[in-house]
Amino acid sequence: MDILQLLVSGIANGCIYGLLALGFVLIYKASEAVNFAQGDMMMLGAFLGVTFINTSYADLPFLVGITLAALILGLFGYLLDRFVLRAIFGQPQFAMVILTIALGFLIRFVAGVIWGHDPTSLETPFIGLVWTVGELIIPVVDAVIIITTVALTAILYFFFARTRLGVAMQASSQNQMAAYYMGIPVKRINAIVWALSGVVAAIAGVMFAAKGAVEPSVGLLFGIKAFAAAVIGGLGSLPGALLGGLLVGIVEPFAGRYLPSGVGQIAPYVLMLLVLILRPGGLFAQISQKKV
Amino acid sequence: MSNRFKSRYDDDINLFEGRWHLAQYAILMALLVAAPWLLGTYYLGELTAVLVWSLAGLGLMLISGHTGQVSLGHAAFMAIGAFTNLALMLRGWHFLPALLASAVTSGVIGAIISRPILRMSGIYLAIATLALSIIIEDVAIIAEPITGGVAGVFAPPIALFGMEIDRYATPEAFYYLCLAVLVLVTLGYLNLLRSASGRSFLAVRDSEVSARALGVNVARAKTLSFSLSCAITGLAGALYAHLAQAVNYESFLVLISITLLLQVVIGGLGSVHGAFFGAIVVVLLPQLIAIARDFFDNAAGIKIAAYPGMDTALFALLILLMVIYEPRGLYGVWFKVRTWLQLFPLYRKGMFRRTRTYLKTERQR
Repeated sequence: MDILQLLVSGIANGCIYGLLALGFVLIYKASEAVNFAQGDMMMLGAFLGVTFINTSYADLPFLVGITLAALILGLFGYLLDRFVLRAIFGQPQFAMVILTIALGFLIRFVAGVIWGHDPTSLETPFIGLVWTVGELIIPVVDAVIIITTVALTAILYFFFARTRLGVAMQASSQNQMAAYYMGIPVKRINAIVWALSGVVAAIAGVMFAAKGAVEPSVGLLFGIKAFAAAVIGGLGSLPGALLGGLLVGIVEPFAGRYLPSGVGQIAPYVLMLLVLILRPGGLFAQISQKKV
Repeated sequence: MSNRFKSRYDDDINLFEGRWHLAQYAILMALLVAAPWLLGTYYLGELTAVLVWSLAGLGLMLISGHTGQVSLGHAAFMAIGAFTNLALMLRGWHFLPALLASAVTSGVIGAIISRPILRMSGIYLAIATLALSIIIEDVAIIAEPITGGVAGVFAPPIALFGMEIDRYATPEAFYYLCLAVLVLVTLGYLNLLRSASGRSFLAVRDSEVSARALGVNVARAKTLSFSLSCAITGLAGALYAHLAQAVNYESFLVLISITLLLQVVIGGLGSVHGAFFGAIVVVLLPQLIAIARDFFDNAAGIKIAAYPGMDTALFALLILLMVIYEPRGLYGVWFKVRTWLQLFPLYRKGMFRRTRTYLKTERQR
């Protein structure tokens, strides 16, 4: 029973990691850039959710609040790409890494100025509610998180596999030049992807704030862990990101419980290093050796 | 503007291009040696910090700037160097052997780690080294006999050549110690860069495939570069431990790794000058902000102090502008200014225009 209980909370946590990892994968899939500010965008989304939903701020209904937060962060992502990231379009991947790290620092600072540095929680309609199945206690928050994540992953998976826009995104990720020749507006596609990843980050953020408390510096380490999740799954694979998130989420509480103290915290990273060393492309690898 | 005709092959690899170049560095060296008389104790301490971070930056520059393998985890090797040095000194070793030991330990650990890690490249390497840095944070807590656990260890005073060197009691002596180490390492670094090994590093950076085609053992070059880079960073870590006087796991957070990389980028990847420029910015920016804060508080009545983390934010903004407008970093700016001066009336606007490139996929490597 104990194990099942740990498993439930691990899965719910893992879903948030998975959602954030989805954001990484989206951007990687479309432009092969890695957004090191993803964790900070999630933090921003969480604070937007708190602002719209909490009674001490705007006091809007939960669904309206989450939609507004997602839209605003989506717009933020679009504008970010349009006015900042497009300036280094075509430069090596590494430039983007540095740029997004710097962006993360800036977002953290701005959030600290606006919302302060005290941990804040989201007031959800299902706060404190639990379902009891036998001896197992399932918080409704966890259930909501799991359902949202599964639904979002399914939608995104079909979006990439079936729609024109999704296929265009995949094409531009494989070879921007060739995609451009085929009439795909590569730059606009990039901006749309950033918007999409902003939306996903906002949803992940709201879930995060519903389950725990959010403060400006939360994004860095959470982002790195989600990143570990994306890498474990293999950057570029949506189901892989979700699976990696779940793995990280499940490994964490179990390692904390059954391994000596101190080892538990680093378990996700050790897992990631092992995956990287043994299967460099992640579990769902998309990298193939270049033939010269 | 001077024209130099190269008449011997040595002209290409000489450390100094002629007398004037040598004289410039002699003047710089003289200024640095005279610094204790020119600066107050506080600014001497800051200058010492610049030297230590330059050393760490040099270490990272070797692997990231000159071999093209981006590492986001070099604070881990600073930690290894620092803890090795302090642990050995507390067990009765002299400073110099302990300093050498910290370089060797970091280098050897780096070499062991590099084999599996350097099989990755690009973004995966950055992530793996980032994970390494996070893991070392926790190892620093767990390995209590060496690292003192959560509390950390205090640096004992250094006894060298019959002198007692302490950061606070004899700041000049500590400054000269750091300067000596840095100058030796820099000379070694420049020598390495003009040797066959150094050239193979550059070849690996520019194109792994063509380096391999030219007979460079890519795996060996990467491992050598990574391990030397770790050794230099380990030295910097040991000096940092004596500069800070006490270190624990918090001295080498993953944030330090990230800052170190940003420092190298802001200085200018792929140039030895860059490591120094970056260190100057990283150490002196908080000072500048403190001075600006006093000015604004008194003159304009704007309370900057109400916004914590201002220095990090400004630093980030600087990086942002740098990546967009001047990817070669401060070295690039300096290079342009120098060229403008050398060519005085003849400088043309498009001289350093970047060529447009399109992203090629990294999924096929």
